[in-house]
Amino acid sequence: MPNSPSLTRRQFVTLVGAALSAFMGTLVGLPAIGYLLSPALERRERESWISLGPLDQYPLNQPTLFTFTRTKKHGWEKTVTSYGVYVLRTSPTQVRVFSNVCTHLSCRVRWDEEAREYICPCHDGHFAIDGAIISGPQPRPLDEYETKIEGGNLFILLREA
Amino acid sequence: MLRRLFQWLDERLGLTTIHDVVLDRKVPKVNWWFTLGSASLFLFLLQGITGVFLTVYYVPSPDHAYDSVQYIMNEVRFGWLIRGMHHWGANLMVLVVFIHMLRTFFYAAYKYPRELTWISGVVLLLATLGMGFTGYLLPWNQRAYWATTVGTEIPGTIPIIGPFITSVLRGGSELSALTLSRFYSVHIWFLPAVITVTIGLHLYLVIRLGISHIPDEND
Ligand code: HEM
Ligand code: FES
Repeated sequence: MPNSPSLTRRQFVTLVGAALSAFMGTLVGLPAIGYLLSPALERRERESWISLGPLDQYPLNQPTLFTFTRTKKHGWEKTVTSYGVYVLRTSPTQVRVFSNVCTHLSCRVRWDEEAREYICPCHDGHFAIDGAIISGPQPRPLDEYETKIEGGNLFILLREA
Repeated sequence: MLRRLFQWLDERLGLTTIHDVVLDRKVPKVNWWFTLGSASLFLFLLQGITGVFLTVYYVPSPDHAYDSVQYIMNEVRFGWLIRGMHHWGANLMVLVVFIHMLRTFFYAAYKYPRELTWISGVVLLLATLGMGFTGYLLPWNQRAYWATTVGTEIPGTIPIIGPFITSVLRGGSELSALTLSRFYSVHIWFLPAVITVTIGLHLYLVIRLGISHIPDEND
């Protein structure tokens, strides 16, 4: 039999059975892998322009806190994240916007009017009005947002992971 | 090389013996109705696999159950496929198991010496229906909620112990988070365990006793 070129009935059935199983296995198996990986395959980054209102409402050379919240969906659940940014208008048409998240370990910095510095309460980090490091453990200046002004309104570009 | 590896394993595991006893056993001349037991087994395995996949995203809590099902259907890749297979597989399994029972009934396959095969089959049928009943609640939509309200109300009409049975099923006097979580637990742990063990017994008996032949004039 091993030398016979033709298939026995039994061999044929085994072969067709195996082929069909393999076919059906792939047909369902590949989507099943996609199903498991699905959340990991979502596009990670999301960019959006956030409106901070009319530029005119921000005083000159005076960091002003603006807060807003963003809702993020994780599957069936929604998480609300709050953001705080300092808007610093350096001239009637120029503006810089800093994140209030300390670059050390992510506490929130606060603008101290008397010292004219941003101070982080957690490990006494000090930042200058333009975000530069004055003293403390923080590794880099305050993060700055890309801005644009459209029709007198101020926008920042928010990148969310 | 492969041959020698196989022989080494076979000598220790008895693979050839298992194959001969399980798959190469003698059977009378039968027809397609005799495939329904294997079809039931296949569907049970399929329900098991797709069910395990569904637990990756499904959440058995009144706050999230409905939303998690929506998420599976609309956002998870091939979620519709996995849930669809589980949904239709569930319906098909009840049908196939039932027709399998009819076949063994009409061919009188339940008679001596196969009474225990029949009895274990009854357990399997009831457990399969139980899977359908508990699974139906899990999407936590209006249909599921009211079907379960009605379904758990029915044993309540039994005199004396009825209301107690209803509250055991519901985990309280009305449908709540407790109902959902106990139905979920029964659906994914208790009943599958019962079915797995009972299938083991059922198939052991089928193999041990052999399959009955199709009744003829002499029977
Ligand atoms: C999960 C459900 C079930 C599975 C997986 C299953 C599986 C099987 C398999 C593979 C066989 C071999 C013969 C054939 O396929 O016809 C068989 C035979 C049998 N089954 Fe089932 N079965 C199930 C439910 C039931 C039910 C609900 C009953 C009846 C109440 C039943 C009664 C029998 C009997 C009496 C035989 C012996 C048939 C014969 O010897 O000709 N089974 N079962
Ligand atoms: S977190 Fe701000 S100084 Fe450590």
